[in-house]
Amino acid sequence: MSRHVSTTVNGDAVDFLCEPEETLLDVLRDRLALTGSKEGCGSGDCGACSVMLDGRLVCSCLVLGPEAEGRDIETIEGMADGKGLHPLQRHFLEQAALQCGICTPGFLVAAKALLDRDPEPSETEVRYWLAGNLCRCTGYDKIVRAVLSAAAEMREA
Amino acid sequence: MQLDAKAPIGDARFQQVGTRPVRPDGVDKVTGRAKFGADQKLPGMLIGRVLRSPHAHARIRSIDASKAEALDGVKAVVTCADFPDIVSGEVMAVESDESLRDIVYNVMARGKVLYEGHAVAAVAATSATVARNALSLIDVDYEPLPHVTDVDAAMRPDAPILHEDMFTSGVEPTPDKPSNIARRLEITLGDVEQGFAEADFVVERDFKTEAAHQGYLEPQACLASFAEDGQAELWCCTQGHYSVRNACARLLGIDISKLRVTASEIGGGFGGKTTVFIEPVALALSRKAGRPVRLVMSRDEVFRATGPTSSTSMWVKAGVTKDGRITAGEAVLKYQGGAFAGSPVEWGAMSAFACYDLAHVKVVGYDVVANRPKAAAYRAPGSPMSAYAVESVVDELAAAIAMDPLELRLKNAAREGTQAAYGPKFGPNGLVATLEAARAHDHYQAPLGPGQGRGVASGFWFNFGGETCVSMNVAGDGTVTLSIGTPDIGGTRAAQCQIAAEELGIEYGQVRAIVADTSSLGYNDTTGGSRVAFAVGMATIQAARAIIEDLCGRAAKIWDISPDAVVWEAGAARPASPNAGDFDPLTLADFAKAAANTGGPIAGHSEINAEGAGISFGTHIADVEVDVETGRVSVTRYTVIQDAGKAIHPGYVEGQYQGGAVQGIGWALNEEYIYGEDGRLQNPGFLDYRIPVASDVPMIDTVIVEVPNPGHPYGVRGVGETPIVPPLAAVANAVKDATGVRMTTLPMSPPRVLQALDEAKDVPAEGGAEGSEG
Repeated sequence: MSRHVSTTVNGDAVDFLCEPEETLLDVLRDRLALTGSKEGCGSGDCGACSVMLDGRLVCSCLVLGPEAEGRDIETIEGMADGKGLHPLQRHFLEQAALQCGICTPGFLVAAKALLDRDPEPSETEVRYWLAGNLCRCTGYDKIVRAVLSAAAEMREA
Repeated sequence: MQLDAKAPIGDARFQQVGTRPVRPDGVDKVTGRAKFGADQKLPGMLIGRVLRSPHAHARIRSIDASKAEALDGVKAVVTCADFPDIVSGEVMAVESDESLRDIVYNVMARGKVLYEGHAVAAVAATSATVARNALSLIDVDYEPLPHVTDVDAAMRPDAPILHEDMFTSGVEPTPDKPSNIARRLEITLGDVEQGFAEADFVVERDFKTEAAHQGYLEPQACLASFAEDGQAELWCCTQGHYSVRNACARLLGIDISKLRVTASEIGGGFGGKTTVFIEPVALALSRKAGRPVRLVMSRDEVFRATGPTSSTSMWVKAGVTKDGRITAGEAVLKYQGGAFAGSPVEWGAMSAFACYDLAHVKVVGYDVVANRPKAAAYRAPGSPMSAYAVESVVDELAAAIAMDPLELRLKNAAREGTQAAYGPKFGPNGLVATLEAARAHDHYQAPLGPGQGRGVASGFWFNFGGETCVSMNVAGDGTVTLSIGTPDIGGTRAAQCQIAAEELGIEYGQVRAIVADTSSLGYNDTTGGSRVAFAVGMATIQAARAIIEDLCGRAAKIWDISPDAVVWEAGAARPASPNAGDFDPLTLADFAKAAANTGGPIAGHSEINAEGAGISFGTHIADVEVDVETGRVSVTRYTVIQDAGKAIHPGYVEGQYQGGAVQGIGWALNEEYIYGEDGRLQNPGFLDYRIPVASDVPMIDTVIVEVPNPGHPYGVRGVGETPIVPPLAAVANAVKDATGVRMTTLPMSPPRVLQALDEAKDVPAEGGAEGSEG
């Protein structure tokens, strides 16, 4: 039996219907056409589906669609503000911090969540914060560097 | 002006090559716009799902899908009956030399299931829930058979046999009884017995490595649409949409040109996306249902039914003189390639001793089948395992004669003119340069902390060229679109834009590269073999030079001078002396504007089978810290030094080095397929199949050495595969340095390290030299 759910997605009021067993990730991807969040595992191990739910970093594959009722959701599609890229997005590009790019949305959402609560993380803090996001291409070096340099730029801004 | 499409270009002339521009597909990838395999939809689309065997080995007595077919919302069910029974072993032109017969048998089990996870049926339904329910209604009657998953056990005479028609090839006479040994091969140079007689020390060791999965983050995904007129479209994530097209067309019995395959953005592959699994199934479902079908694997399915690489059992023996000359190398390599022939043992055998200039080499390889998923290519297929064994033994040789391990490698390194055991004489190459750079690197001199150790290892990969076409079109404003036929897995489009801009003398931002579908270009080999920067780069250069030659001809007509008197410099046709200065230069944009009046659209293309791929070597330095209480090994510092020939985009070259190194570290320390007594995979998920995370590894330092490849106009060598070859041994050698214990089984997971440390306690210390005197 489909449920009617009212949420806010990237600042816009959004209503959708979903089955009780559908994940928030399925809803975002299949019902709202927001395919920037990816399914790499479906079990909360890879972080490719990372979104913000009421300001908290979650794996959207571990959240049920109906649980989004009345909540505020931010996805990768909302990160650039319409005027330009977020510094994290820009630093990822300038420093070649992505190869295939499938994990990138999750890393960016997770990294933004880190910088929102700690504008000056150490390399070790970045590594542990991002330990829930898997990347198989880069070996993490350039990702960590991009997060650190974006943080530095944002502190100066 | 006559242009030599192979003419070298000197460093001084490079404007674009060697810079680090932002990739053309970059913004799409940081904003979520980029469309990967599972991101596409079509009207009326159905959801496909695959029923997989719960048994490691079983006869299929019958399949009854009638209840599933009757379920509301189910639009099609397919089994092996929907695919041709291909009896010949005709080989497909893909990276892993697969036969069509094996592909179709792997895509849908026929008669027997050969591994847990082997596909037996598939459904297409109006929703994922209906599809899932339908699978549970398919009644498969199995007769379980004895199974075998270990490579040594699979080779025993009493092992359960997977294929009754498998008679070992490569032995004389051909055996009259079937076995699980598909093939025996041998590579010989000189006489190893003579070589060992010259040695002062001889070391021999047995090694085992477990299977590692490519671990790409994007599960296989596709969307198939078969029309009533027999034409079909397929969208999928693949490293080679042309080989997907060819395989699918053959398996579906349609003309190749009737199937158009579009490669989506691809979320990693590492060799694992060079073959087909679900693509022919989705097409068969779509044909039967008359509607588009999307089929996406779960992570569990990826682990159970795709990839991984081989598990191995190896023996290596090598001898050295007191003054550091390696006199002979011998190895026996047994590679289990899953349920079908085609493990990468031949490449493992060919590359095993490739880093050394040896007079006497003998390598025997066995390609073995077992009840595991069919092995797929994984980054430098076959080479990391044999390099692990050989480079571990070389480390022991160095210890035996108390010589620095880099010094020993330098003394014996393959150089230009070295006769490789597998056939060729090597051309110019960068092995010595990487070893010297390693020795000079401050990492190699840095002090180690307590409980820490340092290891080095070198690695080799052949590299490849292959069939390639590109098309370059100049738009009316002088900007350029470059169509390539090789999926971009790590920055290819950026590198190709750099090359096009370099040749045409325009800005990087004036070129946009796209990956074209199979109907837009001629056949392209798969993205793999470290071939794209090299071979596609060569085609891009040729296409650009074809445009330049055309435009110089047009300028000659406009100026009414001889074409030989026109040169292309800094993005414009210019009159050469003696007419220099007589006419204003004509830029690409000028020609674009006047195209209609000077001969029509401006385009260049290239169709080549690229020869001259330059061999690749790398040397890695690893520092580890071993926790003797828990057995955990942590990598504390890591440096990759590799020859790139010429780095087009150094940022993405470094990325290949770093990513390959960390994959190798994962293989060395954590990653393994764990099978239960029941032959079922026990860790088919990222929680229990643990790939490295950010907190597991340090920064990965890189040094790009550039020893030009004479087979490429810029000197480019492929760089993608070699970085995964040295880490297994570099880390193992570091663990030996830290603990005194030689780990001969991978991965060096905490339980294995603890056990080895415990066993070492019971044995009196022998000191560094463990070799037997020869």
